[in-house]
Amino acid sequence: MQIKKNAIAGTLESNDVLVEVLPSTGGIEIDVKSIVKNQFGDKIEAAVRGVLDELDVRDCKVMLNDHGALDCVIRARTETAVRRSQEV
Amino acid sequence: MRRSILFMPGNNAGMLLNADILGADGIILDLEDAVSPTEKDAARILVRNAIKTIKYNKSEVIVRVNSLDSPYWMDDLSEIVPLAPGMIMTPKVSTASDVLRFDECMTELERKHGMENRTVKLIPLIETALGVENAYAIASATPRVRAILLGGEDLTADLCCKRTKKGDEIQYSRSRIVCACRAAGIDCYDTPFTDVNDMEGIEVDARYAKSLGFTGKSAISPRHVETINSVFSPTQAEIDYAVEVLDTIREAKAQGKGVVSLHGKMIDAPIVARANKVIADARALGVCIHE
Repeated sequence: MQIKKNAIAGTLESNDVLVEVLPSTGGIEIDVKSIVKNQFGDKIEAAVRGVLDELDVRDCKVMLNDHGALDCVIRARTETAVRRSQEV
Repeated sequence: MRRSILFMPGNNAGMLLNADILGADGIILDLEDAVSPTEKDAARILVRNAIKTIKYNKSEVIVRVNSLDSPYWMDDLSEIVPLAPGMIMTPKVSTASDVLRFDECMTELERKHGMENRTVKLIPLIETALGVENAYAIASATPRVRAILLGGEDLTADLCCKRTKKGDEIQYSRSRIVCACRAAGIDCYDTPFTDVNDMEGIEVDARYAKSLGFTGKSAISPRHVETINSVFSPTQAEIDYAVEVLDTIREAKAQGKGVVSLHGKMIDAPIVARANKVIADARALGVCIHE
């Protein structure tokens, strides 16, 4: 799946995450901003990579502004952002 | 035993996370009115992931999908039905054929995903004048329908009248729905009380709903859950009387008596049936009964 345009999903509320995906040509690049980055940064990135892998996204820049979201929320917001990037 | 059912906005991650600890017997993860049209996709995916991941052990999961006149309801069912929530709530149901359209789609999804037919139950939301008039047809449209919820806000708009706290304007609709549900052998839930800060008002409204025969009541605020649970639970006096009735009947049978009375009142079949229901409800709530 190719990222066709910038797309955003999620919110900046507690327990949520704002995810933005952008088109890219240089593989996967993930930028995590989180209040719990020191403790869970690796897991947050792994959750995003898992969704991108399932959706067969090879090239993409992902920017996350996390406010303590659970893994299932991070995955949901990433999937929504990717699907929105397909809308024309 | 399902006394309270609490609406939770489907696109609010924090509320989905905490939904199971609010004391409600059922939580309604809402994809309809609580979600703006631009966020329908996000809420559907979030609710799907929440059901997949979060253990809702204390509350039955009900998902309110979008209505038949929206472009969203089929996508909602496709994402949610395979996860086998307890029930799907279908809004703005006005006829039995509305129910059957949801039922057919759910049957197909259950077949496709190798699920037993009618694994997921239906709780239609009646909130139109036509729906009220067709209440029994809706309640008995398919065995998948296990309960009905009355929606007072949309209903009063359809009735062209003002929604009041006292609720005289929905008196007929409430009674009609209770009667239809009892005739069909399913549960019935009353409309939410919308003033979240009026704790006296919710108690009066819940007691009135119970007096009409409703199984329980819906809520839009966690603050109302405890009151609803309390009102729709059997009281100690009701439990004590039920035990007395059943003891009296047992003794009468042992003595070969055909007619029996308790405190000067004849005990007949409806009183015994009510006593059995009180005991069953009390046991379902974990009350220890000494018979």
